[in-house]
Amino acid sequence: MAITRDEVRRVAALARLHLSADEEARLAGDLDHILSAFATLQALDTTGLEPMRPVDVADAPLRPDGAVNPPAADALLEQAPDRQGRLFHVPRIIE
Amino acid sequence: MAVHAALADLSLREAAARIRTGAMTAVDLVRAVLARCDERDERLGAVLARGDESALAAAEAVDRSLAAGGDVGPLAGVPIGLKDNICTRDLPTTAGSRMLEHFQPAYDATVVERLRAAGAIPVVKLNCDEFAMGSSTENSAFRPTRNPWDPSRVPGGSSGGSAAAVAAGLCAGALGTDTGGSIRLPASFCGVVGVKPSYGRVSRYGVIAYASSLDQVGPVTRDVADAALLLGVIAGHDPRDSTSSPRPTPDFAAALDDGVRGLRIGLPREYFVEGMQPEVETAVRGAVDRLQELGATVTPVTLPHTPYAIATYYLVATAEASSNLARYDGVRYGRRAESSGGVEEMYRTSRGEGFGTEVKRRIMLGTYVLSAGYYDAYYVKAQRARTAIAADFRRAFETCDVLAAPVAPTTAFRLGERLDDPVTMYLSDILTISANLAGIPALSVPCGQDAGGLPVGLQLLGRPFDEATLLRVAAAHEATGDWPERRPPA
Amino acid sequence: MTGPVEAVIGLEVHAEMLTASKIFCACSAAFGGPPNTNVCPVCLGMPGVLPVLNGQVVDFAIRAGLATHCTIQPRSVFARKNYFYPDLPKGYQISQYELPICLGGHLDVLVADAVRRIGLTRIHMEEDTGKNIHDADVTGSLVDFNRSGVPLLEIVSEPDMRTPEEAGAYLRTLRSILQYLEICDGNMEEGSFRCDANVSIRPPGATALGTKVEIKNMNSFRAVERAIAYEVVRQREAQQAGEPIVQETRLWDADREETRSMRSKEHAHDYRYFPEPDLPPVAVDLAWLERVRAAMPELPAERRTRFEQTYDLRPEDADVLTQRKDVADYFEAGVAAGAAPKEMANWTMTELLRLIRDEKLDRALVIRAWPITPAQLAGLANLVADGTLNRNTAKGLLAELMGTGLDPAELVRTRGLAQVSDAGAIEGVVAVVLRAHPEQVQQFKAGKDKVIGYLVGQAMKASGGKANPKVVQDVLRRALRDG
Repeated sequence: MAITRDEVRRVAALARLHLSADEEARLAGDLDHILSAFATLQALDTTGLEPMRPVDVADAPLRPDGAVNPPAADALLEQAPDRQGRLFHVPRIIE
Repeated sequence: MAVHAALADLSLREAAARIRTGAMTAVDLVRAVLARCDERDERLGAVLARGDESALAAAEAVDRSLAAGGDVGPLAGVPIGLKDNICTRDLPTTAGSRMLEHFQPAYDATVVERLRAAGAIPVVKLNCDEFAMGSSTENSAFRPTRNPWDPSRVPGGSSGGSAAAVAAGLCAGALGTDTGGSIRLPASFCGVVGVKPSYGRVSRYGVIAYASSLDQVGPVTRDVADAALLLGVIAGHDPRDSTSSPRPTPDFAAALDDGVRGLRIGLPREYFVEGMQPEVETAVRGAVDRLQELGATVTPVTLPHTPYAIATYYLVATAEASSNLARYDGVRYGRRAESSGGVEEMYRTSRGEGFGTEVKRRIMLGTYVLSAGYYDAYYVKAQRARTAIAADFRRAFETCDVLAAPVAPTTAFRLGERLDDPVTMYLSDILTISANLAGIPALSVPCGQDAGGLPVGLQLLGRPFDEATLLRVAAAHEATGDWPERRPPA
Repeated sequence: MTGPVEAVIGLEVHAEMLTASKIFCACSAAFGGPPNTNVCPVCLGMPGVLPVLNGQVVDFAIRAGLATHCTIQPRSVFARKNYFYPDLPKGYQISQYELPICLGGHLDVLVADAVRRIGLTRIHMEEDTGKNIHDADVTGSLVDFNRSGVPLLEIVSEPDMRTPEEAGAYLRTLRSILQYLEICDGNMEEGSFRCDANVSIRPPGATALGTKVEIKNMNSFRAVERAIAYEVVRQREAQQAGEPIVQETRLWDADREETRSMRSKEHAHDYRYFPEPDLPPVAVDLAWLERVRAAMPELPAERRTRFEQTYDLRPEDADVLTQRKDVADYFEAGVAAGAAPKEMANWTMTELLRLIRDEKLDRALVIRAWPITPAQLAGLANLVADGTLNRNTAKGLLAELMGTGLDPAELVRTRGLAQVSDAGAIEGVVAVVLRAHPEQVQQFKAGKDKVIGYLVGQAMKASGGKANPKVVQDVLRRALRDG
């Protein structure tokens, strides 16, 4: 099962990763190599097995519905790479 | 400076006791730790950030409080190092990545809050593989950390900075994280104690996520009793972490000296792999023999699904990681690349520049594994295989109380040795990942050194939430030797 | 394909839930406020944060599911929907995918006097995104995360609707139910109740579904109906012209009144759903279901039927009265205070609804402070019904009664506002009016019956509005006949 350059580009696009041509080539090889190494997993019969869930917490714990004023809202905005007033600014979204 | 040197070598327990009685001040201890960083970190490369001012201020506060007769916590005045994927509100938190190079959270991780509540003082942020992805700390975007026992070698990873710092005497205790062996492997390579608690024992809130269903925070210390103390401070239910167990935290130190008489130790045959470094096998089997002499019984066990563990781990971990790292998009914090195009270009460029090779590789693998057409064959399959692996352990624990095994097939390898082939690097984890997959607790405790003086770790694995038994066995083993006193060459 | 086509319509509604806090963090879920003030590390997707589920959200989902006859799942699972967008802080939305909390269900919808049963596929819980505000100077967008993490219910219908009117009726019915349950305030303009439509066509009687087109950006019920109508025509014309219908998303342009294709996206939507590892499954036990069932209010459809039967109201009137629960409660309180049902219905539908519109009271999901109480309105209705006041006088009193708590009967008594119904007293006024308008008298006697209205008006004026207009008319007619 060879991972093609097209596959790599499709996956890189989904992951929003810019890859150089070299990186593309290398990753195609890496993914191929890694997935081949994992091919043994296909041999395992997993019928009847449920996917794993955390051992000790069977049900989602529920929080009561009270609103708490977040104390650090301003401090969080300070991390913004680009801001206009209290709004985060991003480059234009081309639909 | 000899006085200072001695202070930095004190165990956590001893340091806390002396500060409490006034035999020494917290300020002196913090100064000693900072001085050690000055002296030794240049060679080591373990420290990414230091909080000299904040640590000294906190130390002064502890000293004042004690002088006024106030109540202080069990770790009052004791400086602790934190792996740099653990959020600290007064120190930068980079996760070893250029993506977060200038990030300083406005909040503490829960484990940091608990340390502070116990009086402990976060003093340094410690190097790690980028986003905790790696087994050698060579994937840090900033610099590799060197093994204090041999600077041409890796300290292990991903918590290499934590293990190296404790081994080199920078600080007596540190926190690391373990997703596939990232506390145990560096602990083994650096000759210190490292504990991965049961999944759910310690809160993950504020810990930069790699693989959500596998990550745990744990202590790295010079001896077992310190590990028990530090674990006790950070463990316990956190309402901010929906996967955290509601179980009450036992006193992990209570049974430490109970010995191993009557305990049943299992040796999983699949963990004594072909091609293991002979000295590793000798040291581990020797440790088990000594435990037998102390009254434990030893039985061979089998964990038949072990061959599937590497694939299972990397498929699940990278899938979750690919999703967890999607938030690093340059919009609200972290690195944003200069770009003249629209937002899509900004995403691609910021992430392309901000993430290193291994992180990109794992994001790509994880994205592929989850994508349409592959999800069932890879991700679902791996999650089911996990259940089989967990069942292997359950069965083994029907006849055993703990399992003993090596931590890794070798001692520390050389810097650069395994960077060419990702699969080779991944195989470093082969003996540690199953514990994460099954959610069971496991630790590494030093048990020997190879001919080159490189440490060998003994791995102990236990039943879910039975850290106490692991620590008890580890303490009994530790008492048969002098590993806590061994120091790497200065 | 030529000839008639059958439209096949499914609707997807996203309803913002009226919880105090967000679904996965304790920030306020309230609408509005300065940007990025109701935010915290969790709803900003900062490193290391984790979600914790708001129990009230689950309760609301159960409420909505029971009210729409769904099967509530004892175990449901949150899942990550992975994609990149500036208003999506984590790069994934926590939603439900394979195992939603409610499955099946239906709504019975009144369309043109017939009841149609529209099936529901599912209802699930998810988090809302932040809001992109397109920047004035076109260099980019501005993002506000106040809305990020506000809880949403996604309600997916079966493709059971066949006309735009059915779609409109479905939406109104659904919104009314959610408002009765106080889960959602149903405001399409403000975005607390959003709708996307899936539209396809096929030959009548066919069972296979045609290619479906998703329509977005409809901001009112009328827009939904118009957009669907337009799209059906567009698809039919395309098919007649031999053009294939492309499976795509189209936006409704309210100004141009057409649907437009969104520029094709480079990446197909591969959301890579997988179960959310940070949240164990949601457990709902029978005891919880029973608690919600026991607390369930009478729903709009049941209440409408009961109003028709118990109060002998026409279906249209019962429908109007039960659109809002608070209005229906008001009406029944008025009947309990002694008003005749038909009178109370009348006064409620005319005066109260007008008051609600004028005072913009309907901005609130539940009106709690009425400017005029049910007892007051009931009192007024009774005074008109028993002839004490004529309707005009009564309407004039409304303004005085508002906000005062005064008893209308008391007010009438103290101010001597009772209309005069005594024929004897009115005869005097009538005589004066007839003497003053000989022309109109002549016209009436010549056969122009309509002029009586003018004469009644004059008599009312002369009596200062206090005469009982019915009695005035009787006396006038008698006087004209006899005189």
